[in-house]
Amino acid sequence: MTKGRGAGGESAPEFVQLLTPDGERIDKVTGADGVEYTVDFTDDEYRGLYRDLVVVRKLDAEATALQRQGELGIWASLLGQEAAQVGSGRALRQQDMAFPTYREHGVLYCRGIDPIMPLSLFRGVDHGAWDPNQFRFNMYTIVIGAQTLHATGYAMGITKDGKVGNDDGEAVIAYFGDGASAQGDVNEAFIWASVFNAPIVFFCQNNQYAISEPIEKQTRVPLYQRASGFGFPGVRVDGNDVLASYAVTRAALDHARHGQGPTLIEAYTYRMGAHTTTDDPTRYRMAGEVESWQARDPIARVRAFIAKQQIAGDDFFTEVDELARRESLALRERVLAMPDPDPLTIFEHVYPHGSPLIDSQRQGFAEYMDSFEGSSH
Amino acid sequence: MADVISYREAVAEGIAREMRRDSTVVCLGEDIGAAEGVFKTTVGLFKEFGPQRIWDTPISEQAIVGAAMGAAMTGMRPVAEIMFSDFLACCWDYLANEIPKARYMTGGQVTVPLVIRTANGGGLGFGAQHSQAVENWALTVPGLKIAAPSTPADVIGLMASAIRSDDPVVFFEHKALLAGSGARPPDDHVVELGKATVAREGTDITVVGLASTVPVALKAAEQLAGEAISVEVIDLRCLVPLDMRTVLSSVERTSHLLVVEENPYQGGWGGTVVSVVADEGFEMLDAPIKRVAGACVPLPFADALEAEVIPTVDKVTEAVRRLSAY
Ligand SMILES: Cc1ncc(C[n+]2csc(CCOP(=O)(O)OP(=O)(O)O)c2C)c(N)n1
Repeated sequence: MTKGRGAGGESAPEFVQLLTPDGERIDKVTGADGVEYTVDFTDDEYRGLYRDLVVVRKLDAEATALQRQGELGIWASLLGQEAAQVGSGRALRQQDMAFPTYREHGVLYCRGIDPIMPLSLFRGVDHGAWDPNQFRFNMYTIVIGAQTLHATGYAMGITKDGKVGNDDGEAVIAYFGDGASAQGDVNEAFIWASVFNAPIVFFCQNNQYAISEPIEKQTRVPLYQRASGFGFPGVRVDGNDVLASYAVTRAALDHARHGQGPTLIEAYTYRMGAHTTTDDPTRYRMAGEVESWQARDPIARVRAFIAKQQIAGDDFFTEVDELARRESLALRERVLAMPDPDPLTIFEHVYPHGSPLIDSQRQGFAEYMDSFEGSSH
Repeated sequence: MADVISYREAVAEGIAREMRRDSTVVCLGEDIGAAEGVFKTTVGLFKEFGPQRIWDTPISEQAIVGAAMGAAMTGMRPVAEIMFSDFLACCWDYLANEIPKARYMTGGQVTVPLVIRTANGGGLGFGAQHSQAVENWALTVPGLKIAAPSTPADVIGLMASAIRSDDPVVFFEHKALLAGSGARPPDDHVVELGKATVAREGTDITVVGLASTVPVALKAAEQLAGEAISVEVIDLRCLVPLDMRTVLSSVERTSHLLVVEENPYQGGWGGTVVSVVADEGFEMLDAPIKRVAGACVPLPFADALEAEVIPTVDKVTEAVRRLSAY
């Protein structure tokens, strides 16, 4: 069993794992919640997951590079968390609704949203222009924890709409971090989801850090165990294992869509990079710790598995790398070509039909802008 | 080096000075310890005072401020950090209902001498939920004092007063000022709460600013001096207590008033300042009172657009020119 965070060697409680860091497939495993987990993928599907993981990592690296070059205001990298995001993201059915934090670029990708959208947000061109209803992926939420309550209310809403309770029912997933688990909002969301039996999956990516603060500063018990106190099942999954992340999320979503209530999933993973591009993690964590997680890389193990099982050969890996390279290049070019927003847009969407004060400010501003026309500016 | 200090360093220095002289002062907040604050405003504190007095907390603004209130009831002087002032909204019950009412509702028997420090304001392109100037939120609640320094010396001087105060003080550190620097004040430097200062003397028009808008007003004054308009700039430094005497005595000489504030025009603190002048100083005025304030919209993420929403030097010079035409 995989050891816990850090050099201390304190062992982590067991988690659901279907693919070891060496790429060995575990056929089925029973989680702490008593459920038996397995996956039954075709070769094509295995290749698809690998492709997603590689592309998502590459696009993320491109975004980090763009920020470093001054082209984005800030970027919260998902490096290290690809499997948790692609696994859970691919487990979502089309009708399911996701509520992300600011780091769920991999889930966004799985939802079919143009990956340029979060970059236009962090470039300040717009505030995230995807349509949450169309893609069933809410806007990024940055005030920690708030989305868990939005998701709970949404889940209560679809229940009242009669969209829950059968094979084709809808389910909701709320993403949040280990740090967020300390917020009152998150605990209130647990209580509400529980007493209203809301069709929701709470998906906590325990990446071991909340900015600089390690998980020990947030909790004394493994996070998934908190669920039992709120009255619903909790399960810990190897968040660096895309197969297990998929299996556990799929089961929890099905549980929810059948009207059987919430589940807490703790995806045990690691934030390989900085919290955001403004952060320097060398101030608060040891290089050795990062290295020990490097050995549990979420992509290397899928590649090893595919190679060992001869699901694909070297051509395939080269092809995927090439695809990722092309997509990231295209992303870069499109980001650099994005036009600056029209200044007058600042007055839009505050209210659907304006307001007297805003209208007059808008008019004053337009006149002020006009005064520069033809001047030396 | 010794005689210059940055605004950012001044925050840590101001806290450290008080922690050295009073062992009841403790700090709590997110990432303030080993990481020394996401804005580097608590550098050196963890090293000097250790985990007994510098508490890294879980992410829970309610707990940070609620527990600070409880700790204050035991006689401690907690200095609680809310990372971004926008998140004061996450612990509003404690700010609006609990902390400012404790003394009142116990008939003066319980005081909660605490400071809530927070990084406030825009100018760094952090978007709608991380850039707001929210000093006006606190202004709506009687019982809270409000400090918002514009210079490193005032950071240190006001921090001393805030921590020593038996009243709860909300202490706004402006993000756009953190990188700036100024004279390092002497060891025993204290600035009384509720005393405005004349940041630049002038005779034609009074411009009142707070925190970030003080340097904006000073730059505008410099430009306008070239146009033979003499601007007096007043730095309020605190909103509660509000030093209207300094403002009124300036307006008495200039007969013109412009208020420059970063929070939105709608509900901004300038409304309180100008209403007092309208009430008590109407006869002194030769022109309407004007306010340059934030637009009544959320802050956009793009730097270029953000500048359109909040006060700029250009907006101030233009407003002053119009007023001085009266
Ligand atoms: C209410 C609130 N408090 C503080 C912050 C500042 N902040 C941004 S991210 C973060 C850490 C979040 O950690 P975690 O929930 O573990 O998620 P991660 O960033 O590791 O994915 C903090 C404290 C915030 N955005 N919102």
